[in-house]
Amino acid sequence: MSQVPLSWFLVLSALLFALGVAGFLFRRNIITVFMSIELMLNAVNLSFIAFAYQHKDVSGHLFVFFVMVVAAAEAAVGLAIILTVFKNRATLNIDDISSMKD
Amino acid sequence: MQAILNSPLFIPLLLTVLIIALVPLVAGYLTLVERKVLADFQVRLGPMRVGPYGLLQPLADALKLFIKEDIIPTDADRALFWFAPMVSTLTSLTGFAVLPFTDKLYIADVNVGLLVISATSSVGILGIILGGWASNSHYSLLGALRSAAQLVSYEVALAFALLSAVMVSGTLSMQGIVKAQLAHGVWGVFANYGFMIVPFAVYLIAATAETNRAPFDLPEAESELVAGFHTEYSGFRWALYFLAEYCNMLVVCSVAVTLFWGGWLRPFPNVAWLEIPLNFAFPLIFFVGTGLACLTLVKRLIDTSQKVVLVVVALGLILTGALLTIPVVNHLMAGLFWFLLKVSAIIYVLVWFRGTFPRFRYDQLMNIGWKIAIPVGMGAVVINAVLGMVGK
Amino acid sequence: MIDTVLFYAFALLVLGGGLATITLRNAVHCAIALIVSLLGVAGLYLLQQAEFLFAVQIVLYVGGIMLLFLFVIMLVNLDQAARERQFNRQWVVAVTAVAVVAAEIGYFLWRGKAAFHIAENALSPASALGNTEQIADSLFSEYLLPFEIASLLLLVAVVGSVVMAKKRI
Repeated sequence: MSQVPLSWFLVLSALLFALGVAGFLFRRNIITVFMSIELMLNAVNLSFIAFAYQHKDVSGHLFVFFVMVVAAAEAAVGLAIILTVFKNRATLNIDDISSMKD
Repeated sequence: MQAILNSPLFIPLLLTVLIIALVPLVAGYLTLVERKVLADFQVRLGPMRVGPYGLLQPLADALKLFIKEDIIPTDADRALFWFAPMVSTLTSLTGFAVLPFTDKLYIADVNVGLLVISATSSVGILGIILGGWASNSHYSLLGALRSAAQLVSYEVALAFALLSAVMVSGTLSMQGIVKAQLAHGVWGVFANYGFMIVPFAVYLIAATAETNRAPFDLPEAESELVAGFHTEYSGFRWALYFLAEYCNMLVVCSVAVTLFWGGWLRPFPNVAWLEIPLNFAFPLIFFVGTGLACLTLVKRLIDTSQKVVLVVVALGLILTGALLTIPVVNHLMAGLFWFLLKVSAIIYVLVWFRGTFPRFRYDQLMNIGWKIAIPVGMGAVVINAVLGMVGK
Repeated sequence: MIDTVLFYAFALLVLGGGLATITLRNAVHCAIALIVSLLGVAGLYLLQQAEFLFAVQIVLYVGGIMLLFLFVIMLVNLDQAARERQFNRQWVVAVTAVAVVAAEIGYFLWRGKAAFHIAENALSPASALGNTEQIADSLFSEYLLPFEIASLLLLVAVVGSVVMAKKRI
């Protein structure tokens, strides 16, 4: 039986989410931006598991399972996009990939 | 003292220490077995100089690796170069933590034991790919990328083969899997009217690829990529990769034995009268026979010290056989004997593969993985599910 | 007691790994930091009796997704990117905003922590049925439709990435 209070897990999850947001906002390398998204997904998963444990209900585990499936799909498609972008422009700097804006 | 012996942590801790101490030695002797068996396939003698019939060769190899100069390439990523072999070795040693050697000898009986083993093997890939990248060499990087692609592809086929076996036993715990086979009265490979032989074949192929062994040893193809991901490694760090590879081989073969060949169970585990011939007579004949065979070889040796070593080895084997006839020892160790015997048999098959098949081309390897092993594994899961329902 | 120590150890891995992920220069080092963070999260799952997700986290995230990341990082040549400036110009604004958000969430969670103690001494279902079996029961009865949709999503992702990565089909 875990004696760690639920709120500790939630604070940890919030901090991890904030780290993910920070990375997403101020990194310029597209791959690192992508990794920040994974951090945020994990923060959410962590709070799902913490709640599932408190409620003695496996539904939270299933949500995490589906989030992981979506993360896998996202990684496959996202990295394929990154490879295509790199092939066409030879850069991974998100500030340089802005032709849709102009 | 009694308190220590009765503590629930005593056997796991003792086994952990024993495994960490013995596995490098066993891995070293596996290389000797491999070289000797391959030599026999090719009508050569194999190592003969160090010790009687090359029996001490692994110790000489280990000494050589320890005192070799440790070279780090100039432009290598030093921290990663240092770290990557340890990842490989540690993850492959972690796999031993959930192996069921017998019903009493095991470190941990985790209820997701099988998943833990696949988790350790998937983390182990990182060691290879990071080592290849950190070397900062084209050969290493290409070898590492090939290796990662191969391992990821064959992991899927491996998972399907494991899934069939899990469906038959209905649990993921390694102890539970063997106990389920005891309850069914047949080894996993003969369950479902003998159809389980198909997943076993898929498992064996995928496991050969997972352990980077011939004919799937493209990541370290000497003739094409110098030595693959460990081109720039030397001395002790290289030995760590080597150790990881042989540990993986042991773990993979142990998993095959646990899932398909009844773990520590003797043949016909539910037939009581076979207890005496199979658990007492067979090990006795096995060890004493091997020991006597060694003794007949002594007189062919010329050097006296080599003669002494061989006599000691032969007497050790005979003594082991004699010890196994004591009922208490036999009760504890017969399971371990069967487990290790089956593991050795599967390792022999892997060496046999290496001696028989030529190396695949890269596209052939991917075709076998994606177009044969995975569909067959998937079909086997469906058919096993149907057969399991019919059986009930 | 041991739980608290383990929680702190894993939390350190998670936060340290996360911080390193968003600050390190070299993309491969970032990926390794992220792997450390993900392993910490897996440890926390184990602490919360989610052993099935612990294994899935390692097999899927570390063995699958992160390997894919490393693969892509090694395929694209990032020597030049590592030498460039790593952060956007508005990073002061971003750091302030993130710090405020984190402090806010953390503060309200801390204040409301009494509300989160739900069913602390309720019966533990984990003893009767393993975690894996429970998940499977739920997944193939209650959540069957989402499960099928997820499989469709994966199929679309596979086809999509093949279409994008291949020059000529």
